[in-house]
Amino acid sequence: MNTLIAIIGLGVLCLLFEIFNLRKAIVPITILGLLGVLGLTISEFNSTESYYNNMIVVSKFSSTFSSLFIVLTIFLVALGHNFYENHQSKISDYIAIKIFLLAGAVAMVSFGNLAMFFLGIEVLSIALYILAASDRMNLKSNEAGMKYFLMGSFASGIILFGICLIYGAMGSFDVTEISELSQSAELPVWFPIGIVLVTIGMLFKVAAVPFHFWAPDVYEGSPALTTALMSTLAKVVAMATLYKLLSVMNADVSESFKMVVVIISMASMTVGNIMALRQTNVKRMLAFSGVSHAGFMLMTLLSLSTSAGSLLYYASAYSLSGIAAFSVILYVCKNRENEDVVNFHGLGKTNPLLAAILTAALLSMAGIPIFAGFFAKLVLFNQTIQAGYLALVIVAVINSIISVGYYFKLILAMYTKEPNEERKGTPVIIYAVAVISIVLNIALGLYPSFILDLLA
Amino acid sequence: MNVSLILIILLVGAFATFLAGDKLASKLALFFGLAAAGASIVLLNHYNLGENISFINQWITQPNISFALKADGLSMAMLLLTTVLTPIIIFSSFGNDYKNSKSFYALILFMAFAMAGTFLASDGLLYYIFWELALIPIYFIALIWGNGDAEERKKAVVKFFIYTLAGSLFMLVAFVYMYQKAGSLLLEDLYKLNLSATEQLWIFLAFFLAYAIKIPLIPFHTWQANVYQKAPTVGTMLLSGIMLKMGLYSVIRWQLPLAPLAAKEYMYIFIGLGIAGVIYGSIVALKQKDLKKLLAYSSLAHVGLIAAGTYTLTLDGLRGAVLQMIAHGFVVVGLFYAAEIIFRRYETRAIAEMGGIRTQSPKFTSMFLILVLASVALPTTFNFIGEFTVLYSLSQINIWFAILGGTTIILGAYYMLKMFQHAMLGETNTKAFADVTVNEGITLVLIIGVLFFFGMYPKPITDLITPSLEEILTQINRIN
Repeated sequence: MNTLIAIIGLGVLCLLFEIFNLRKAIVPITILGLLGVLGLTISEFNSTESYYNNMIVVSKFSSTFSSLFIVLTIFLVALGHNFYENHQSKISDYIAIKIFLLAGAVAMVSFGNLAMFFLGIEVLSIALYILAASDRMNLKSNEAGMKYFLMGSFASGIILFGICLIYGAMGSFDVTEISELSQSAELPVWFPIGIVLVTIGMLFKVAAVPFHFWAPDVYEGSPALTTALMSTLAKVVAMATLYKLLSVMNADVSESFKMVVVIISMASMTVGNIMALRQTNVKRMLAFSGVSHAGFMLMTLLSLSTSAGSLLYYASAYSLSGIAAFSVILYVCKNRENEDVVNFHGLGKTNPLLAAILTAALLSMAGIPIFAGFFAKLVLFNQTIQAGYLALVIVAVINSIISVGYYFKLILAMYTKEPNEERKGTPVIIYAVAVISIVLNIALGLYPSFILDLLA
Repeated sequence: MNVSLILIILLVGAFATFLAGDKLASKLALFFGLAAAGASIVLLNHYNLGENISFINQWITQPNISFALKADGLSMAMLLLTTVLTPIIIFSSFGNDYKNSKSFYALILFMAFAMAGTFLASDGLLYYIFWELALIPIYFIALIWGNGDAEERKKAVVKFFIYTLAGSLFMLVAFVYMYQKAGSLLLEDLYKLNLSATEQLWIFLAFFLAYAIKIPLIPFHTWQANVYQKAPTVGTMLLSGIMLKMGLYSVIRWQLPLAPLAAKEYMYIFIGLGIAGVIYGSIVALKQKDLKKLLAYSSLAHVGLIAAGTYTLTLDGLRGAVLQMIAHGFVVVGLFYAAEIIFRRYETRAIAEMGGIRTQSPKFTSMFLILVLASVALPTTFNFIGEFTVLYSLSQINIWFAILGGTTIILGAYYMLKMFQHAMLGETNTKAFADVTVNEGITLVLIIGVLFFFGMYPKPITDLITPSLEEILTQINRIN
């Protein structure tokens, strides 16, 4: 609860800075503030409390995931310093929106009431719509914002409809009450329908097949930093929320529902990977790779009671490597028209450090050992085999092999092609973010227990 | 003192080399390579005195994974192969100039680290991690410092990477499956598992895919010749000298004892695949015009025989296989080095463009001849002991296996000597061939020395590996 209040306070502070003309100080102070909030969240780690008639429930689950979101936001805000160099007059808006987005994200993992859940998702989504369209003179960015808004509000509508049906069935918005009632033998038919509708809405936010069509266009059109935010923070927030929704409302998901999850998971992995193979735009490629990672993360829904730890680990591994990859992309594609692979030619020669970081990030996503991505997949496979879905794991393994194909396309471009032009300047913050996130990723790979045991 | 020391030396060496800068890199890498070799010889002494040099430490609690390094005779033999060959390989590169040499030598040491780890690890996951880790440095070595057209090289190297990764991921699934049953991936816990025949068959096949691609066995060998040809000679040496042996070693250490029922049931098929590799490799080698490719196919033939030896599931077969692994490791490094020496002078690998070297450099010619003869298993060389033992074990199973496998010696002699004749003898070449330098001479003499010494006195190695092979055999022959 304190986390949420502190974050919103920080967001308001950001807006005030504009008034006092302290734009230069915004990024450092926001980062400091977020670090403080992170400390606050960690200090409350072991307490389980509920506030305002169960509107907000702080638990281990919510505080670990909130910490992850805060860390990601710190990186994204830091990257903003360089990215918004030419938009100084609006920097406070951009940063403040990100902070409010974080508030929405925290609300989404710590809700105790479906109303709060919906509030959280709307705060997050609206912030994302704005950020997608934030490059307002650019046609593509406008298109991305519009597309995302239309599709997203549809999904919100479906979620809301689902919530209504659940309320109709159970007579309550409170998740603990819903969960208790759902144990009874006689369940109104509205209840499962409501659950399915809410799930569909969330799958849209996660960009799982067949609800993924918006992702590539929106990712490509949005400003690169927004894409970074969508593919890391927004995706893991949506995934964690879906996990929490399903696990708090009905502990025993029916077999047919699990079958649907298996199929969606397989389809997401396969479609995402196969489409990614054909892309030449790096942002689009990462969008499809994000679709396939969503498929992997959906595997956690098959063993709801035990897999919170592995979801947290997968989310951390995936989003940290995503941040590292995007910081390199931000550096390489700054002041370029597009993010085609061509821009990365010869990066291994002109900038070996960033090339190595991008390589490491892609290797982590591909699931090569010592990077956290490997252990994330390993733990997930372990859990899924335990739950009895060997076939799904084999599909996932085949997909891991396919994914190597396109991750390596980028690595090859960096190391075997001749550089086309020199890039000037060494933006310290981008370097710092890239190095820190990849070091964190490797550290998680060397000590997986650190995260895995948090929610065990 | 325990075996983790070797890994630490190699890993620290890799980082130190990278930080030292381009000028010092090669010397520093050699220093750390020699240090690792020295340390492993000291450790061998400790081991022979009966001390416990294994290392085990809990690493991840959930799932239960340990950082477990176990050194028995087999591991020690393979470790020595790695640590002795690594400095030789590094030293052999001293005549060449590599761009960005700090990364180059760091990657070599890092690869040695991963390969040593593979030979030592006794926890399934740790083993898998080292196994995969060895792939990354060789990928970059072949990609960045390789030769030939960049596009073709890229294709060959990526194919190699995806092939090997694809194979090993199924091994990972097998490990995860066994973890569900055993609750741990320590080798000794896995040995205790009682798996049904069907389970064993699937596990055997999952492992087989990983190893058959790495070794490589027919029909999974298609990556090999191209990568050998395109990689820089150092990379080829690492691949053929040590990395191939990772696959063969893993068959003995992991595949056979974990799935003995399947191994026994389908023994003939796998021996057959090995022998098919022998014949296929030899015949294709006959037709090769490129020296490195010829050596690649001859390597395919030799490892086919080694693999056939391991699948006989007899003590002789396993012992012969391990001896031949070590012998082949040395001889193939020597041969690729000889090819490199010719390339340094003639800038070509096409056999047709060589010739007449004997009159210009008799020293090099005789050393090359010894290596050629060693590779076709001339008595008194180490390779003879290895191949002979393997062929003997094959004849115990079925005399036809031995006869067909024996073609490796006959055909091998034919294509190797034909190559030697074209490359070294014949008309005096108009191009000048400078005599071998001191560095080159030292490397070749070292390799030849090892081959002859163990050819005449293989007892130290046999004594080292036999007890652990017997242990593995009892595991294979246990009654389920």
